[in-house]
Amino acid sequence: MLRKALVIAAVLGFAAAQPALAHTSAAEPKDIHWSFEGPFGRFDQEQLQRGYKVYHDVCSSCHGMKLMSYRNLGQLGGPFFDKRWEKNPNDNGYVKALVKDFQVPDIDGDTGDVIKRPATPADTFVSPFANEAAARASNGGALPPDLSLIIKAREDGPRYVYSILTGYVPTPHGLKVPAGKFYNPYMPGDMGSYWSGPADKIPVGGFIGMPLQLTANRVTFDDGVAATPEQEAKDVVAFLAWASEPHQEERKKMGFAVMLYLLLFTGVLYASYRTIWRKIDH
Amino acid sequence: MSGHSTYEPKTAIERWLDTRLPIVRFGVDLMDFPTPKNLNYWWTFGGILAFCLVVQIVTGVILAMHYTATADGAFNSVEHIMRDVNYGWLIRFIHANGASMFFLAVYVHMFRGIYYGSYKAPREVLWLLGVIIYLLMMATAFMGYVLPWGQMSFWGATVITNIIGSLPVVGPSITTWLWGGFAVGDPTLNRFFSLHYLLPFMIAGVVVLHIWALHVPGNNNPTGVNVKSKADTVPFHPYYTVKDGFGIAVFVLLFATFVFFNPDGMGHPDNYTPANPLVTPSHIVPEWYFLPFYAMLRAVPNKLMGVLTMFGSIGMLFILPWLDTSRVRSMRYRPQAKWFFAVFVVACLILGVCGGHEPDDLWLPSAGGFTLWDSDLFSYTWVARVFALYYFAYFLVITPLLGLLEQPLPMPESISTPVLSHPATVPAGAAASPEKKG
Repeated sequence: MLRKALVIAAVLGFAAAQPALAHTSAAEPKDIHWSFEGPFGRFDQEQLQRGYKVYHDVCSSCHGMKLMSYRNLGQLGGPFFDKRWEKNPNDNGYVKALVKDFQVPDIDGDTGDVIKRPATPADTFVSPFANEAAARASNGGALPPDLSLIIKAREDGPRYVYSILTGYVPTPHGLKVPAGKFYNPYMPGDMGSYWSGPADKIPVGGFIGMPLQLTANRVTFDDGVAATPEQEAKDVVAFLAWASEPHQEERKKMGFAVMLYLLLFTGVLYASYRTIWRKIDH
Repeated sequence: MSGHSTYEPKTAIERWLDTRLPIVRFGVDLMDFPTPKNLNYWWTFGGILAFCLVVQIVTGVILAMHYTATADGAFNSVEHIMRDVNYGWLIRFIHANGASMFFLAVYVHMFRGIYYGSYKAPREVLWLLGVIIYLLMMATAFMGYVLPWGQMSFWGATVITNIIGSLPVVGPSITTWLWGGFAVGDPTLNRFFSLHYLLPFMIAGVVVLHIWALHVPGNNNPTGVNVKSKADTVPFHPYYTVKDGFGIAVFVLLFATFVFFNPDGMGHPDNYTPANPLVTPSHIVPEWYFLPFYAMLRAVPNKLMGVLTMFGSIGMLFILPWLDTSRVRSMRYRPQAKWFFAVFVVACLILGVCGGHEPDDLWLPSAGGFTLWDSDLFSYTWVARVFALYYFAYFLVITPLLGLLEQPLPMPESISTPVLSHPATVPAGAAASPEKKG
C-alpha cells in the first residue's frame, strides 16, 4: 500500500504521507503475492470458497461481517457464483443450501414475539454477538472488529492480515503479557512499558486480544487442498479481500474497456486537432 | 461580452426569438469568441476544470439519491452504494477521485496563471473570482470528505473545526454554530451534507462570472502580449473546442486509471473504519491537496498564529495582482522571475510532503539530534518553516522587488510576430540588449 501510495504521490508530484508513529512499532508485513493484486489481478473462485470456509468455521465465532449478505456469495465474482443463477443470486442453489445452517433473529408477525427463523439468501451474515457489550464481555473487554472491510481499513491490508494470522511467535523473555492478551510482532504497539530486557532490544509489535487461530487442519477443505496454517491464512485473506469490495473484478474488467475506448477516442481527437489547426501558423 | 456579434438569424423562428431572448446569439458569440492562436496545453486546464465540475455535480446528485446523512446511517449507506446500487461503486469512485483530479487541475491552472501573469491588469477581477472558486472548492471538498463518516472523516472534521475555534472572541461561537452542538456529531453531518450540496452550485455561479470576466479582456496568452489584430486570434470553436477536447481526453485517461485500477490510492485506510468519537487515529492527515496548508498550520508553534498563517497563505493570492510590480506579464520574458517561480512550485510540493509527515519526523534520520529552538533541525517542522517562509517571501518580497530590479528580455510586438518572423523585435522602452530568447 505504501509503495502504491508512493507511485501515486510521484504522479501528483507529492511524496507519500508516511504514517509515522512516535513510539509505536510493528514488524514489516510478510511479502506475500496475491492473485487479486494489480490491474490484471483476479480472484480464484476455489480459493474464495476455501476462504469462506475458514471464515465460517473459525473467524465467524467472534467476528461478524455486517455489510455482507448471503446472496453476495452467489453474485458475479463471488465464491459460489454460478451462471445458472446469474440473473438473481438469491436463487443460487449453493447459497440456498448453505443458509439453512443459520438462524436469524426476527419478530413473529402474528404474535410480536422475538423469534429465530431460518435465514434466506437476502439476510445479512449472522452476527456472533447480539451487541457490542456482549462481544466485549465474551472477549475479555476486547471487541473483535467486523471483517467486512478489514482489508481496506488497514494499510497494506492483505499482507497485514496475513502476517497477523501467521505471525504469532513465542513471547520474548522479558516481555510481560497482560492477562487475556497475546504478543504479535505484526500488531502495532508500544512494548516499552512491558519490557524488562535490555532497553535497546524492545520487541517490535504489540498485544492482540485474539490467540493463535489458524493451526494445521483447523478446517478441512472440500477440494482436498492441504490445510496448512499458511494456506488457511492465504485463503481467508483472499475471501476477505473479495468481500471488502465485491465488485472489484468487474471494476478492473470495465477499466480495460474504458481505457481502450479512451485511447482510441484520444487518438481521434488528436487527429482532429492536427487537421483543424493545419492551416494555422501558431 | 466584448467583440461584435457575428450571428445572423436565418429562420423566422430565430429572428422572432432573437428580438425577445437572444440566447442563440449568446451561444454563437460564445463559440465564436476570438481567442489568441498561441495558447499552449497549459490553457486546456480551464476546459478540464469545467469538465471536472460537471462530473462532480452529476455523480454527486446521483450519490445523494442513495446517501443517508445521519451519524448512524452514513457509513453503511456509502457501503450500500458500493455493494448494492447498480454501478454505485463506479459513481462513488468517480466522485471521490474526481475531487483529487479537480484539485490537481486547479493547481496546474493557478500555477499557469502565475507563470504567465494572467492576474495582471486588466484581468484582476478574473483572477479574484478564480481565487473565490478555489476557496469554495476547498470548503466543498472538506465537507464532502466528512460525509462517508469514517474515522478520518470524523477526526478531520474535528481538527479543522477546532482550528476555527482558536480565533479570538468569535472562534468558539463559530465552532458551536458549525457543529450544531458541542462536538462533531449528527447535526454537523447534516449541515455539512446540506452545504456540500449547495456550494457546487455557488461554484457554478462564480464560474459563470469567471468566464464573463474572461470574455471582457479576452484570454491572456503565453507571450503575455495583448492581441493586436484579427491575425492574432482564431475563433474558439472549432480551434479550441478540439484542442481542449484533446486535453480533456488525456486528463480523463489519468482519471480513469485511478478510478478503475487504484480507486483507494488517494484515500486513507482509516476512512474504511466507521467514525468512533472514542478512538483517535494515530495520525490524522487531510487529503493530499490540503497538505501544504496543513504543514504551514503546524509549522507555527502558536495555534492562533498558525491559523492566521494558513489563511494568510491563501490571502496572498487575493493581493497578488497588486503585489506584482513588473509590467511584463509572461515569465517567458522574465529570466529571473522564472527561477523564483520554479522554486515556488517546488516549495509548495515540499510543503505538501511536510504536511504528510509527523512534524517531529526526521527527513534525514541519520542526521538528527541537533535541536534548534523547539524542534530538531532535521525534522519536518524546520523544513516546513523554511519553505513556508519562502512561500510568503515569494509574494511579499520577491514579486514586488523583482518587478523593479529585473531586466526583462525583449518581447515580440504581437502574438503573430514570433511565429511569422522569428527574430524578436525590441519593444520601445525595454532593455536594448539583443537577447536571442523568443
